[in-house]
Amino acid sequence: MSLFTDIGGEPAVNAAVDIFYRKVLKDDRINRFFSGVDMEKQAAKQKAFLTMAFGGPHNYTGEDMRKGHAHLVAQGLNDTHFDAVMEHIGATLTELKVPANLIAQAAAIAESTRKDVLGK
Amino acid sequence: MAKVIYGGQSYECGEDSVLDCLTAQGVPIPSSCRSGNCQTCLMRAVKGKVPADAQAGLKPTLAAQNYFMACSCHPQSDIEVVMPEAGINRLAARVASVEYLNADILGIRLNPSRPLEYRAGQFINLFKDDVTSRSYSLASLPALDEPLFLNVRKVPGGKVSNWLFEKLRAGDEIEISEATGDCFYVPGNAGQDMLLIATGTGLAPLYGIVRDALQNGHRGRLVLYHGSYDAGGFYLAEELRELERKHPNFSFVPCVSEGIAPAGYEQGMVLDVALRDHPDLTGWRVFLCGNPNMVSAAKKQAFLAGASMREIYADPF
Ligand SMILES: Cc1cc2nc3c(=O)[nH]c(=O)nc-3n(C[C@H](O)[C@H](O)[C@H](O)COP(=O)(O)OP(=O)(O)OC[C@H]3O[C@@H](n4cnc5c(N)ncnc54)[C@H](O)[C@@H]3O)c2cc1C
Repeated sequence: MSLFTDIGGEPAVNAAVDIFYRKVLKDDRINRFFSGVDMEKQAAKQKAFLTMAFGGPHNYTGEDMRKGHAHLVAQGLNDTHFDAVMEHIGATLTELKVPANLIAQAAAIAESTRKDVLGK
Repeated sequence: MAKVIYGGQSYECGEDSVLDCLTAQGVPIPSSCRSGNCQTCLMRAVKGKVPADAQAGLKPTLAAQNYFMACSCHPQSDIEVVMPEAGINRLAARVASVEYLNADILGIRLNPSRPLEYRAGQFINLFKDDVTSRSYSLASLPALDEPLFLNVRKVPGGKVSNWLFEKLRAGDEIEISEATGDCFYVPGNAGQDMLLIATGTGLAPLYGIVRDALQNGHRGRLVLYHGSYDAGGFYLAEELRELERKHPNFSFVPCVSEGIAPAGYEQGMVLDVALRDHPDLTGWRVFLCGNPNMVSAAKKQAFLAGASMREIYADPF
């Protein structure tokens, strides 16, 4: 769990969620997938995802990822959208002045969910 | 060994979280991430001490009401828990006074039959009969020992609001629920700036919250925007002007959306005016009450303007 500690743990995730979710909502390529009625529930989901990407504690399985995103895949969620999300994760961590090698590790974890998120 | 009491039964937790302990014994508790982030397994403690870990990342108003995440709650001592919606009791209340605050809004003051624990900005349910109730926000302050103060708008064709307008008199006894809701002021961070936006009777909770913050010695700016179609829609304006004179850090900005605004009023939709005046909300605490379309647009706009999601409190109605 050292990546999580190095990135800054729970406070870092809290800071990252706001920045990340703001970027996502402003991005017309993908915001339709994220603009659920309840913004707080949305933000909590982003937090769970970022915690995982930052190497933090989580209990998501590939199957959970598939189930959780199936309705979005049905709405057309594809690789270009996943790329956009990856972009925002990188930019968020850069904004928080996280060192490049840690960003690369977080990106690799997020990237590893691609197949499951896109239901491939 | 700490016990968890739920639904009248007592469960031995051992090293387990409240979530694992209850689900292992067949109690269905919804959950998802199981690592203290997604808040799906939110519960509330009615007795006992909630460990701080179980509230990490929760909105301060939820933490203040002893909500916690069951998956990351490892109690050190006995704790009694309920599902988030459970445990709100009814009580009788005597109507102290009924007055018109403007042509369409009734001010109702109530004395509950027993002391009611609440925070300005929360709401109670008011019962017309045994099965028909509606929620009304609390504009009063418990610290001032005032009667409960409600502001009720006359909704065309509305069952309960019209009954209140036509039938309710001082001296009547009615039934209400205990207070609930998470749109209220939490003391602390007294220098923080606060933006409050209301339409219509959305002013009721915000009138309570503003006075609660001032009563608690809040030093940051408190800016209250109240929106209405025309000048006839405002109420409590004199009280708010008086508050402005007493507290230099408080300002009240009534906004008229249709026609020409009279002197002392701003012209435009209340949300537009508020964001024009305060385009950068980084670090602000934000309260939004009233028209659901306004509230939902304002939530998004305030967040995009820099307010943290955890510091935006809202009641749409
Ligand atoms: C958290 C919260 C806080 C609130 N705080 C306040 C407050 O401080 N002040 C306040 O004034 N209100 C507040 N409300 C709103 C309040 O609870 C009621 O919704 C409101 O008073 C209307 O209730 P009613 O019984 O008069 O209207 P309802 O009878 O519930 O009718 C509502 C609308 O639906 C229409 N309608 C009803 N039945 C039908 C039908 N069969 N077909 C078509 N249309 C129909 C009516 O014409 C009316 O326009 C709050 C709500 C919530 C959730």
